[in-house]
Amino acid sequence: MSFPKLRIAGLHKSFGTGARRTEVLRDINLDLADNEFVSLVGTSGCGKSTLLSIVAGLQDFDAGDLAIDGAPILKPGLDRGVVFQSYTLLPWLTAQQNIEFALKAAGHDRSTCRRIALEHLDLVKLPHSANLYPSELSGGMKQRVAIARALSYRPKMLLMDEPFGALDALTRHQMQELLTQIWEEHRLTVLFVTHDVEEAVYLSDRIAVMGIGPGRIMRTFNVDIERPRREEVMESAAFMDLQRNVHKAIREASRRPEMA
Amino acid sequence: MVAEMPDEPAIKASPSGPATGPVAKQATRRRRSSGIGAPIARSRFLMIAVAVFACLGLAWWVATGLELVKPIFLPSPASVATQLGKLWADGTLLLDLKASIYRISIGFLIASALAIPIGVLIGSFRAWEAAIEPLVDFIRYMPVVAFVPLSILWSGTSDAQKFLIIFIGTFFQQVLMIMDNVKRVPADFVGLGRTLGLPDRKILTRIVVPSALPGIWDTLRISLGWAWTWLVLAELVAATSGLGYRITVSQRYFQTNTIIGYILLLGVLGLITDQVMKALGKVLFRQEGHAQ
Repeated sequence: MSFPKLRIAGLHKSFGTGARRTEVLRDINLDLADNEFVSLVGTSGCGKSTLLSIVAGLQDFDAGDLAIDGAPILKPGLDRGVVFQSYTLLPWLTAQQNIEFALKAAGHDRSTCRRIALEHLDLVKLPHSANLYPSELSGGMKQRVAIARALSYRPKMLLMDEPFGALDALTRHQMQELLTQIWEEHRLTVLFVTHDVEEAVYLSDRIAVMGIGPGRIMRTFNVDIERPRREEVMESAAFMDLQRNVHKAIREASRRPEMA
Repeated sequence: MVAEMPDEPAIKASPSGPATGPVAKQATRRRRSSGIGAPIARSRFLMIAVAVFACLGLAWWVATGLELVKPIFLPSPASVATQLGKLWADGTLLLDLKASIYRISIGFLIASALAIPIGVLIGSFRAWEAAIEPLVDFIRYMPVVAFVPLSILWSGTSDAQKFLIIFIGTFFQQVLMIMDNVKRVPADFVGLGRTLGLPDRKILTRIVVPSALPGIWDTLRISLGWAWTWLVLAELVAATSGLGYRITVSQRYFQTNTIIGYILLLGVLGLITDQVMKALGKVLFRQEGHAQ
């Protein structure tokens, strides 16, 4: 029998105990196919980042099943590459050394680390920044190195938590274009958290809209927009329609049940 | 699969494109030079600082020159300088310096060598924090001065008594400050280590400690300043050599010029060590944008 790349089934998560217990995720069911790009969208507080963090193995959950290729997720590991919203390049290492840091953790020898690190800096179009320290890189460049680092050790899937959230609009567009391009060429299963609907539509194969109180998946949308996608696709009627529908779904999903 | 792909023509944004270039240095718009936080030129800063020293020195010189105060209370700058020169020439000053620098070095090293691992431990693990932090917080509020009689009972007037006072004065403060330095390491840095499958021990040594190091260095620099105070305190009450000892002895013989000379010297020594630590920090952590 074949397994989905990522299986999230009947997942529940609460914070706190006793009277102060708050349910943050209720009965989350989501399967990601191999090489599928899925975005989680929703207003802040819907638990989308918590869900991603659980898949990364950084937080535990109360009930449900969570598996990659059929193997249950018990802790963080190299089978999942994570790109955080905050800049997580280690400031005392150069761009190249930051990637080598991850490769060393994955058990590669020194010369392999160097080769793979340089290849991945090329991949994110930063071939000349290998010896720069994070303090010498712009926000966009830092996130490109972080993406290169997460890809470098060949995880089975990539988890991205609003990776472009802290960037200005122009840089964000460039990053989206770069990510689409890398993804279309190399294909990888991606779970992507964002609150930017345009970004979700542009990048994804499928979008899961989450609602609040507690966090649940309310609807999913298939993004039937042809690839390769370039910036012009954002002007198309199909793109605009879908974007409008997702927006509407988020608005509906964000109404708390007691307020409806 | 990823890395083996052939080179792809560059996308519109080249690495040096507008949004990806190094962050713009600063706004060039002129600001009022007196507003809150308004920058001033370095030369201007230095000029003001030197002027304040010069003014105070001048006031001292004038006050003693016109004999507005008796020399036994405030000797002239010339008298202080002559006395320091004399003590240097007969070797007393060098001997005192050696004794004091030896004591502060050892005392401070012992305190730091223990404070760093313990601070890292309680900054990283909540159970250790529960075990140690409230205790340290409690001891920290006990006045160091009150330990002096006890320290003499325990270790007489030996060097060990100086180490002990310096230790009590700096260690407990250092531990709490280093704990704070460690807690300031971004949670996502630790998360990164965990997603790379690193065990706790490696996350501690390869991520947490290097990340906290600039802050720890600052803590050491600040606590070294305090250590000078505790050293002199210990030497004032129970010593047979050292800068503090000379100050007490001079009081007995009304050698106010020696007292003031030594106090000024202690200020200079503190300033020098602080500046050296600052400069070293800038070199050690230059790539981290730690130096302003």
